Amino acid sequence: MESINLIVILFYLSSTAFYAAYFIKQKDFLHHIGYYLLFTGFIIHILSIGTRYTSTGIYPAGNLKENLSIASGAIAGVFLLLKYKFHLKILGTYTAPLSAIVMIISFFLPGYPPEPNMVFKNFWLITHVSIIFIGEASFALACGAGMLYLAQEHAIKTKNHGFFYKRLPSLDLIDSTGHACIVVGFTLLTIGLIIGSIYAKSVWGRFWSWDPKEVWSMISWLLYAALLHQRLTMGWRGRRAAIMSIIGFAALMFTFFGVNFLLTGHHGEFTK
Amino acid sequence: MVNLQNNNKMHEIVLLGLNHITAPVELRECLAFSSQEAIDSLGLLGKDPAVNELLIFSTCNRVEILMTSTDIPAAIHAAKTHISKFKNIEQGKYEKALYILQGEDAIKHVFRVASSLDSMIIGEPQILGQIKEAYRIATENKTSGVILNRLLHRTFFVAKKVRTETGIGGSAVSISYAAVELGKKIFGSLEGKKVLMIGAGEMVELAVEHIIQNRASEIYVANRTFRRAVELADRFQGKALRFEEIPDSLKSVDIIISSTGSPDFIISCDMVKENMRLRKNRPIFFIDIAVPRDIDPAINRISNAYVYDIDDLKSVIDENLEERKKEAVKGERIVDEAVIKFMEWYKNLEVVPTIVSMKNKLDVIVKSEIEKTQSTLKHLPEADLKVINRMTDSIIKRFMHDPTLFLKGNGCHGDKAIYLDATRKLFKLDE
Repeated sequence: MESINLIVILFYLSSTAFYAAYFIKQKDFLHHIGYYLLFTGFIIHILSIGTRYTSTGIYPAGNLKENLSIASGAIAGVFLLLKYKFHLKILGTYTAPLSAIVMIISFFLPGYPPEPNMVFKNFWLITHVSIIFIGEASFALACGAGMLYLAQEHAIKTKNHGFFYKRLPSLDLIDSTGHACIVVGFTLLTIGLIIGSIYAKSVWGRFWSWDPKEVWSMISWLLYAALLHQRLTMGWRGRRAAIMSIIGFAALMFTFFGVNFLLTGHHGEFTK
Repeated sequence: MVNLQNNNKMHEIVLLGLNHITAPVELRECLAFSSQEAIDSLGLLGKDPAVNELLIFSTCNRVEILMTSTDIPAAIHAAKTHISKFKNIEQGKYEKALYILQGEDAIKHVFRVASSLDSMIIGEPQILGQIKEAYRIATENKTSGVILNRLLHRTFFVAKKVRTETGIGGSAVSISYAAVELGKKIFGSLEGKKVLMIGAGEMVELAVEHIIQNRASEIYVANRTFRRAVELADRFQGKALRFEEIPDSLKSVDIIISSTGSPDFIISCDMVKENMRLRKNRPIFFIDIAVPRDIDPAINRISNAYVYDIDDLKSVIDENLEERKKEAVKGERIVDEAVIKFMEWYKNLEVVPTIVSMKNKLDVIVKSEIEKTQSTLKHLPEADLKVINRMTDSIIKRFMHDPTLFLKGNGCHGDKAIYLDATRKLFKLDE
């Protein structure tokens, strides 16, 4: 198991290297190689998670180690799809290292032996977890796009046409890619939360229990909802949208880590 | 070999010159030829027996004297003497700055200069026009002949090729191009963008033309005098706006290019702030070419609004000049190719003077014989004499046919000069 994860990490890292080279040299073949390395790593990753699930019958999301592994795969997967649609290839220089780092952290965390916990055989829970992870990966990419946007906007505003200006694409492309990520992420987060509450109803008998994770999820959800609403009505785009997608992702990260470490609730036991 | 060339009376290309690298501006000023001075010099220096063909090319950055001659040292001497006398300057004062190039080197230099590879601002387009003008003057004064004609026509071809096939003239070193490049970094593509042009002037009009080429959709033109706005709008197939309509138009236009003589800002920060909400924060890009400025620079601080003034654009241009230097390498390759091709033609050309002098010799012989015959055939009418002349002409033509084909064509293998030498000796053409 660990050796397969190591292989995945190697693929993600080599993809990172090629994307970094692309960022500096701006030669097209470099990002092509980076993309295929990430793709290969992702396929191995998915197969390893899938095998784990089918062999044990337990969805491997029972602890932080497993959760981070899924998050890493989701980030890579969402980027692979996104690149297909938006051609924001430079985002790979953000995605590949992010996937790699998350995967490395996962690798070094101690893995608890899977408890005979019946919840991870439940269809609703598996769907809930998977969808939320893909949604969060989309938000991670939106955050990356937001950072690229701020860098490029800064270059244009300050009239400093150096390193970043030449390498980053147009503001319009970055902005629309970021927006697409938010739309996808928000849709998935909404569906994930609904499924989660349905599951909660079936287990605890109520849809909503003011669990800290639930509250923080709702806060993140509201932040993104506000961003989307403002964009539609007021035309919140560009810089503000970029900053909001970074703040939104920070809130999400707090939901993911902070709540587990600082607060207690019924989600805590999954992320030891 | 040198001896052989002299026998053949071959015309060598030679070039004397100085440019912004070899000579300081004070010296270039002293030696620059105005177009009238160039015409006078063509007359004076062109008369020198050592100088066969001549072209004088002078700009603020360079003076070049291009000649063909059968006696290179004499031609160089003649040119130097002419410069000293005409410009009243001692040879010693400018001789160090002078470069003297012959044959292939001279050809390459002419190509490089015209392609703007040798310019102070690499890729600047004016130089080609200036060379064309110098050539026009030379042809008018009949100082350019077979070789220079061919050389200059090739030069124009090469210069055009370098311009179209490399980025030497590409990355923006002009205001208009820099503006379009920036627009693309903001909007991704200029397709379908609405453009407002305020004021008039060469630079704005160029910029607008450039933006239209990038498929901007609608053009609006505003001017203090509405009639001028209508005229310009006609030219760009746009719509004329009254000056008072500018603030209102900000809610729909995406790119504003301004160049008016106004002492105050025409577009204020508040105007833009109000309109940003109405345009739902879609980006808006201001290009301010005017001095003093037309657009409040504080607008640049508004989210999704970008302002570039003339100084900003100029610094963009400076960076791009560096890029051009890289592109120049491709230009050098095109020039090298063209030099090789021209040299092929040039070597072939040595055949032509031989054929011409052979034909001339025959003409002289035939003419003198006809004159002799005519004196004994005084009773022949004018019409019959003409027939006889026509006959002798066609005898010459038919006689010349095979040697011409042989010398020009692939008939002679190896060194053509040997055959040319033999031909010249056989017919005693060098006397």
